[in-house]
Amino acid sequence: MNSEQMNGAEPKTFAFDAQAMAWAKREIAKYPEGRQASAVMALLNIAQRQAYGWLPRAAIEYVADLLGMPEIRVLEVASFYTMYNLKPVGRHHVQVCTNLPCWLRGSDDITRECRETLGVDFGQTTDDGLFTLTEVECLGACVNAPMMQINDDYYEDLDAGSTQTILSLLREGREPKTGSQSGRHTCEPAGGLTSLTELESARDD
Amino acid sequence: MLRDKDRIFTNIYGFQEPGLKGARARGDWDNTKDLIALGRDKIIGIMKDSGLRGRGGAGFPTGLKWSFMPKELGARPHYLVINADEGEPGTCKDREILRSEPHKLIEGCVVAGFAMGSHTAYIYVRGEFHQEIAALQKAVDEAYDAGLLGNDACGSGWGFDCYVHCGSGAYICGEETALIESLEGKKGQPRLKPPFPAGSGLYGCPTTVNNVESIAVAPTILRRGAEWFTTLGTKNNTGTKLFNISGHVNNPCTVEEEMSIPLRELIEKHAGGVRGGWANLKAVIPGGASVPILPKSICDSVLMDFDSLREVKSGLGTAAVMVMDSSTDVVRAITRLSYFYMHESCGQCTPCREGTGWMWRMMKRMCTGDASTEELDLLNEVTYQVEGHTICALGDAAAWPIQGLVRHFRDDIEARIKAARVADKIEAA
Repeated sequence: MNSEQMNGAEPKTFAFDAQAMAWAKREIAKYPEGRQASAVMALLNIAQRQAYGWLPRAAIEYVADLLGMPEIRVLEVASFYTMYNLKPVGRHHVQVCTNLPCWLRGSDDITRECRETLGVDFGQTTDDGLFTLTEVECLGACVNAPMMQINDDYYEDLDAGSTQTILSLLREGREPKTGSQSGRHTCEPAGGLTSLTELESARDD
Repeated sequence: MLRDKDRIFTNIYGFQEPGLKGARARGDWDNTKDLIALGRDKIIGIMKDSGLRGRGGAGFPTGLKWSFMPKELGARPHYLVINADEGEPGTCKDREILRSEPHKLIEGCVVAGFAMGSHTAYIYVRGEFHQEIAALQKAVDEAYDAGLLGNDACGSGWGFDCYVHCGSGAYICGEETALIESLEGKKGQPRLKPPFPAGSGLYGCPTTVNNVESIAVAPTILRRGAEWFTTLGTKNNTGTKLFNISGHVNNPCTVEEEMSIPLRELIEKHAGGVRGGWANLKAVIPGGASVPILPKSICDSVLMDFDSLREVKSGLGTAAVMVMDSSTDVVRAITRLSYFYMHESCGQCTPCREGTGWMWRMMKRMCTGDASTEELDLLNEVTYQVEGHTICALGDAAAWPIQGLVRHFRDDIEARIKAARVADKIEAA
């Protein structure tokens, strides 16, 4: 990766490295012959991962070329779906859900804590390039609300304190615990199981 | 209350191993070959007799949907597509199946695929579910290694492949034709129907799109029989269902319960009750963001099923129960949903593209009372102009929450409007 890309400037060229190409080939192979356009979403995802979390124009052109698609069709896809970043993002992309189930459980507190700890608002990146803060719609972890996603990981059952801890650990280059921050295993009721108790002996955790 | 022996998802909390060994111990993949040997007509017949209604929100009978596929395999291949693009606010049930019970889904794909003459399934999972995708892919790999998928799936002689396709963030792709467009590598914009997917779907081939939960329960129904399934729940609303209980309850959770369980019982038995007690309840959205809100007076006695909730002008939807206690500003709550629909409109149809933004801006004014009662009537009227005038149901879904709010909480909004008028007068004086 060259310094241009690290700084978030538009690189002039883009090409998959060997690992990315192997992954791309596996994705293309999932679809019938002549239908390789179906792999466009996967290839844009692979490109974004290689390009430090965003899609430079050169990557979009590269994917179009690889799949034999007009560039505009690939750009349409890249701009339609929210997970593609058309601008550079920080190393940690902090995505806070503020939709109804999270809001009912205090996502306003989580938003406030993120803003204060990071010193940026939604849509902004910290000066050190470590964090980008984004408001997102429902991420489908509603019984573990409020929650946020940072890169590939979900952090659930948040409060202001745990939010601050997670952000501080990431800033120090450490790995915070993912999933529920209140000690739940997954989506079971916190007060003790109300179902599957007859099968509790089968637990192997 | 549902007995554990009648629960289908015995590892929904992920306490046991989600992988093949754990799945087999739970009864998955037990002689799947015999299920396939029942033959297409018998499988579809059992599914019809079970009364299973689609678990993705619309509640369309699953067996009937399968029967729409052409009986003979022609020149065009048949496709089974699984909708795992879970994104309806409040809903997080498919997520648990994907990460804790993935083999139920994959086995369901094999039998459902066979029954509709399909050799290929695509499972379209929302891209944000990174860990769930990994769990599902691991399970698919295990199934291939064990010969449960592949050229001779489960030793049945039927070739069956299963591929995981990752979405990239678009609520609209939960709509079946938008999902098909997306799967073809395009923007997720819904198609006009007809043609229906069973005639012309993915790549113009016969296609059936089913929700994760609908497919994951199919093998258990086939093993235990339609009669067993119909003894649970009520007529037309049979079986068990995964419920997500979120919001102002003491213990938010996901739980598998019998269909038609009273809402109050569901909340009190499994979610530790409403915060501050049942008397502190203000309202519930019983089936995901799209279905109309219900005031406490209805929640006191309503049953959680398709027909009972339709009777009170709401819906079971995805059975995502969002509970709001008396501290909730319900106008702000619905305004947040209006923002969501504006954000997620694909922009194809004018009533939705323009209407969702307009409705959100009006709702913002209703929040502060900066409006007149005539404008409240106008807002309500416009929701009925958006509803039913778009290609897909997103326009309807944007309209219904507002209609429900005006139906049950009109007094709240009018009081706000009056208070704002009084404040204006005091300021002017």
